[in-house]
Amino acid sequence: MLNTIVLAAEGEPNPVLPHTSEIILGLVAFLLLLFVLWKFAVPRFEAAYKERSEKIEGGIKKAEIAQAEAEKALQTYTAQLAEARAESARIRDDARLEAEQIKEELRVQAQEEAARIVAQGQAQLEAQRAQIVAELRADLGRTAVELASRIVGESLEDQARRSGTVDRFLDELDAVSAPANN
Amino acid sequence: MRALWLAEGGEFVPPGAGDFFLPPIFGSVTKPMVLIVLSVVIISAFFLLASRRMQIVPGRFQYFAESVYDFGRNNIAREQIGSKDFLPFVPLILALFTFVLVNNIFGIIPIIQFPSFSHIGFPLALSLLVVYPVYHGMGFKRHGFIGYFKHQLFPPNVPKPIYILLTPIELFTKFIMNPITLAIRVFAAMFAGHLILMVFAIAGEFLLIEGSGALKGVSVVAFAFNIAMTFVEALIMVIQAYIFALLSANYIGQAMSSDH
Repeated sequence: MLNTIVLAAEGEPNPVLPHTSEIILGLVAFLLLLFVLWKFAVPRFEAAYKERSEKIEGGIKKAEIAQAEAEKALQTYTAQLAEARAESARIRDDARLEAEQIKEELRVQAQEEAARIVAQGQAQLEAQRAQIVAELRADLGRTAVELASRIVGESLEDQARRSGTVDRFLDELDAVSAPANN
Repeated sequence: MRALWLAEGGEFVPPGAGDFFLPPIFGSVTKPMVLIVLSVVIISAFFLLASRRMQIVPGRFQYFAESVYDFGRNNIAREQIGSKDFLPFVPLILALFTFVLVNNIFGIIPIIQFPSFSHIGFPLALSLLVVYPVYHGMGFKRHGFIGYFKHQLFPPNVPKPIYILLTPIELFTKFIMNPITLAIRVFAAMFAGHLILMVFAIAGEFLLIEGSGALKGVSVVAFAFNIAMTFVEALIMVIQAYIFALLSANYIGQAMSSDH
């Protein structure tokens, strides 16, 4: 109080002139505060912010990765499915082609077999006919000679002559009956 | 003290600059000195306690501290310096903002009731010895010695003859006036605001004690104005702290900008 009066008596102090002690104290105090904030507070806040944003971004990223994986799996499955479809179609086509081929082969084989059997039968028939004709000729000749010799009474022992006569007779018979048949 | 003084004279003495220079509390330690130290303790304790165990999902106290921190970090530092370079300056801007804010708010806290920044020494210490060297230092570091002068004193896209006028003005503004105005702005606001509050308080007191009859009633008006002005002061205190930090960040941002 005494001071105030003294100061008032001396005239008002000039408030615009700074006190050196206050400048120094202000600077030191502020630098101390700055140090505390810079060293301890700000790093902790920044670390917390980083952790928080990482947590959020991590969640988003995880979801994105999962989605991408699902998409990829889907694509793979679709591709595999399409491939399987194409494969089955191809196999079906192949099978059909093969069946056609086999059928054709079998048909050709059967025809050949049939033709062969027919030819064989004809050949056999021909052979049998020729044999029968030959046998009949011999029989007929012998029978005719026997009958003729009995009738004539004469033994026609000469083989060469006998067979020649019969044959000639038969040939003549053939020649006579052939035009009549025709 | 004031009442005693008034009682002696019996005549109204308006408050003046003398009322800002109270006698030392002990030795040569004055009230603003104690308040400055107290503010450092308060702010440090606030941020250290809030950041002791940081949670991903913040509690109420941590949320409040984060709001203050975000205001300094995003609204001031990042806006003014740019998202590329601002991170190293966050402690500085945050310290400036909270330091000025708490010391200003001291002006309306009961019993304390003294804005320490109404003593010009403190804002001068900040602007002349902290902000000024930092922002010019960053400018020199970023652009080189000659480059920084060119960058600051010869703004581009200006007709050549204009530089005769412009360059001295820029030199005067950027290297002499900026730090002084930065300090004076907050100092003058705090000084004037405190003076206004004192005027209304002392006038009301004087009217109540010395006034006769109906004049005693007028003291109510004075006290009402004191209360109203206290709210206005609270607003101004916050705004001045914001402006101090904002301009500091702005100077740093300008010094480091590459397009200007």
